[in-house]
Amino acid sequence: MRSYPPKPETVYFFGTCLVDMVYPDAGMAAIRLLQREGLRVVYPRAQSCCGQPAYNSGFPDEARAVARKQLRLFPKDYPIVVPSGSCAGMMHRHYPALFAEDSDRALSEEFAGRVFELTEFLVHVLQIRLEDRGAPVTVTWHSSCHALREMGVIRDSKSLIRQLKNVTLLELENEHECCGFGGTFAVKQPEISAAMVADKAADIRQTGATTVLGGDCGCLMNITGALQHQRVPVTGQHIAQFIWERIHG
Amino acid sequence: MAETTGFDFAKNIRQALGDQQLRKNFKFAMGSMIQKRRLVFADEEEFEQLRAIGQAIRTRALAKLPELLAQLEARCTANGIQVHWAETTEEANATVLEIMQRHGATRMVKGKSMVSEEMHLNHFLEARGIAVTETDLGEFIIQLAGETPSHIIVPAIHKNKEQIARLFHEKIPDTPYTEKVEELNAIARRTLRQRFFDGQVGLSGVNMAVAETGTLCLVENEGNGRMCTTVPPVHIAVMGLEKVVEKLSDVPPLLRLLTGSATGQLITTYFNMITSPRRPGEKDGPLEVHLVILDNGRSRILTDPQFRQTLQCIRCGTCLNHCPVYTRIGGHAFGHVYPGPIGEILTPQMEGLQEAGVLATASSLCNACEAVCPVKIPIPGLIRELRNASYTATPTGRVPGEGFKRNLPETLAWKAWEKVNRTPALNAVVTRLAGLLGDKAPRLGPLKIWSRYRTPPRVARRSLHAMTRAQGVDNE
Amino acid sequence: MSDTARENILRKLAAAQRPAQIPETGALPIAALCQAEKIEQLKHFMEAVRGEVHVVKKDGWIARLQDLLRPRALKTLLYGPATPLGKALAAGWPPEDPGLPRLVPYAASLEDFKSDLFQLDAGITGTLGAIAENGALILWPTPEEPRLISLVPPIHIALVDARNIYCNFADALTAGAWKANMPTNALLISGPSKTADIELTLAFGVHGPREVLVLVLEA
Repeated sequence: MRSYPPKPETVYFFGTCLVDMVYPDAGMAAIRLLQREGLRVVYPRAQSCCGQPAYNSGFPDEARAVARKQLRLFPKDYPIVVPSGSCAGMMHRHYPALFAEDSDRALSEEFAGRVFELTEFLVHVLQIRLEDRGAPVTVTWHSSCHALREMGVIRDSKSLIRQLKNVTLLELENEHECCGFGGTFAVKQPEISAAMVADKAADIRQTGATTVLGGDCGCLMNITGALQHQRVPVTGQHIAQFIWERIHG
Repeated sequence: MAETTGFDFAKNIRQALGDQQLRKNFKFAMGSMIQKRRLVFADEEEFEQLRAIGQAIRTRALAKLPELLAQLEARCTANGIQVHWAETTEEANATVLEIMQRHGATRMVKGKSMVSEEMHLNHFLEARGIAVTETDLGEFIIQLAGETPSHIIVPAIHKNKEQIARLFHEKIPDTPYTEKVEELNAIARRTLRQRFFDGQVGLSGVNMAVAETGTLCLVENEGNGRMCTTVPPVHIAVMGLEKVVEKLSDVPPLLRLLTGSATGQLITTYFNMITSPRRPGEKDGPLEVHLVILDNGRSRILTDPQFRQTLQCIRCGTCLNHCPVYTRIGGHAFGHVYPGPIGEILTPQMEGLQEAGVLATASSLCNACEAVCPVKIPIPGLIRELRNASYTATPTGRVPGEGFKRNLPETLAWKAWEKVNRTPALNAVVTRLAGLLGDKAPRLGPLKIWSRYRTPPRVARRSLHAMTRAQGVDNE
Repeated sequence: MSDTARENILRKLAAAQRPAQIPETGALPIAALCQAEKIEQLKHFMEAVRGEVHVVKKDGWIARLQDLLRPRALKTLLYGPATPLGKALAAGWPPEDPGLPRLVPYAASLEDFKSDLFQLDAGITGTLGAIAENGALILWPTPEEPRLISLVPPIHIALVDARNIYCNFADALTAGAWKANMPTNALLISGPSKTADIELTLAFGVHGPREVLVLVLEA
């Protein structure tokens, strides 16, 4: 069980490269949720990527170079909130290993200790209370592997959805099975990845939900891409954006 | 020394993914194994405690490996077990052959042994006029089919009962066609009982070898292992050198982890602990017991502080059961003795990266295997290390074949990625350009592959960087 | 060849760097069950895998055994004649009762007995004890009670003294001081032989006995 800090006045926001480029609305929604709770949010503009794509693909030096840059952009002792279990996992769990033999080792450990995935932060640090102003809807939830196994935040994510009284959450039959994204895995082993995402899409369709929610944009990009390719009329959305829309009706 | 075997992973994968029957068989089987394991390790906290113990037992054994092997040898020898050492599978095969020839033996009955698969023992002996009968039911089935195991624990998992019924009917004399599992088992029992009776040498693997007492421990459900190690006058046990444990008290927790993880059982039907051949006055049991200790690359693996964790493996097979990739392509696609996550880290180290490094690409790093490994091998981390080794420009001799994948396009691509991501101004330009293209970027390279199965992502007009600036979010 | 291999292997292994810390192993908490609970647990786990367990009074076990065997119409029952169990059995067995199997002593070496052995209907052994946590019998075969009695005949009958039921395997190892005294072959047997190699469908009675009949003897 991770120990959480008391509610701070200020937090950093690490958007992640996928949110920055493909899902910026989700990023803004997350920032707004934090601001709504009275926090000052700082978005260091020089940020880019956590380095995971290179780290997982056999290019640790390149990953380290990019990670090193991020390490210096969040110098004050504010928590670093990340709208992705995967990127949060990279920074919280893997940065210390990435810098273990490096002069920035101490910095990476200090940094890693301040990284929080968005939903765990909303639940454990802010104790956020949500009032649902939307019309009834059924959704399902995709557990990203790193949110599940590296950050352990699935219960937190689902508890936020369950606070929304007009939202029915239907769980997937094989919720814990990987969707097949795996970063470069999707292009290095495309047929296996396609088989995995096809099964995930079928599982989602079977719930009858109109939307699949997730906390990870890599997975969402993969799953919605497959759903659209198969012309399955289920949409996908990042949980931050979904929550923001629900509390505003 | 690795020889290229014509291993075409991509072709195997395509074939496996296209085989609907295979996918159906594996999906059912792996789902079932996952469920069984979950029931027997229902208390997650207890499982975490137990596997921390498992990890400690295995790492302790590896930390003291040469002393423990020497102690094992001394105890075994004092008890009358003859110990042989083999650096290579060739030496191991030669040792087995020599023992058989010394006894004029031409009939061997075998219990299941993955090490004997590494040795390609059956093929070796059969080419020299020795009849080898696999007696584990799954191994018996694939022997009839002329195949290799597709799973570490349930070797014939890729076959359904119709396929097995046809196999028995066609390959076993005087056997009617039946799909009833009870009847198929009865046929196997009848056929193999005669082989146990006639067997001149019994061969087994070793699940754990206790250095403290010189005891070889074996788990099984069918009774064929006990038959092979008790009825014939000679018993040969073959073992990977990492299978030794220090103390007898290490056995109960490891046994619990092994049977729970492998088959979802609290304990197998039999747990067989062998300390010596037949002692004076005893009426049965083999007159000679031999232990063949095989290296086959393990000693090199031990020298690497990260990769040595591979040797903690107790061959439970649960990583296979939980792997979404293995579930979809099955064991044969991996083309080598050990499939699945453990195979992805072990095989490249044994066979070299040129031959088997491609196996390390067959993972989305989902971590499902690591979460259930009873001895806490950090499999995804080691897959990542193998990927690093595949591309490294500075080989250190950790794994044979380092740097085999280095190529200019990928090197340049990642260098470019690095430059863009550590240069905010450049990142902003690239982001802006991508935003202008939206989802209309030319479908080349990775995007082309992506678009085969998914609609391409649309890069937003305005990035989060731009939005935060526009909305006045602080920048410190 | 083996000696050179041995030297090379040990040398390579010794050259590998040791980790800084060699972990010690923590112990798992040991459950403390009373006698009645142990018997209950043993019965529960054995029956879950088709073992048959009867709790009987020590001085009535032979009569009870005979009652259990009559409906099975067996021809032969293998036993070790020189054990206390064997002697009691022989003493308590009617010489010519067509409703009961004939007692067959395991008196010769396997080499001279194999053909007969493989035709017998049942075998009876004692046990060193049993393990409640997983429903396993502990057997230490001896010159007087050979290994194959509990394997070759299709029915295995085992006697367990209720006082020798341990909570778990670790307990049994310590209490019995196994490490100083390992027999040729020590066995844990948790029920009839089985396999799930065909479509993961469980089927009983493969190469080992298809029936295991346990008599738990209470004072």
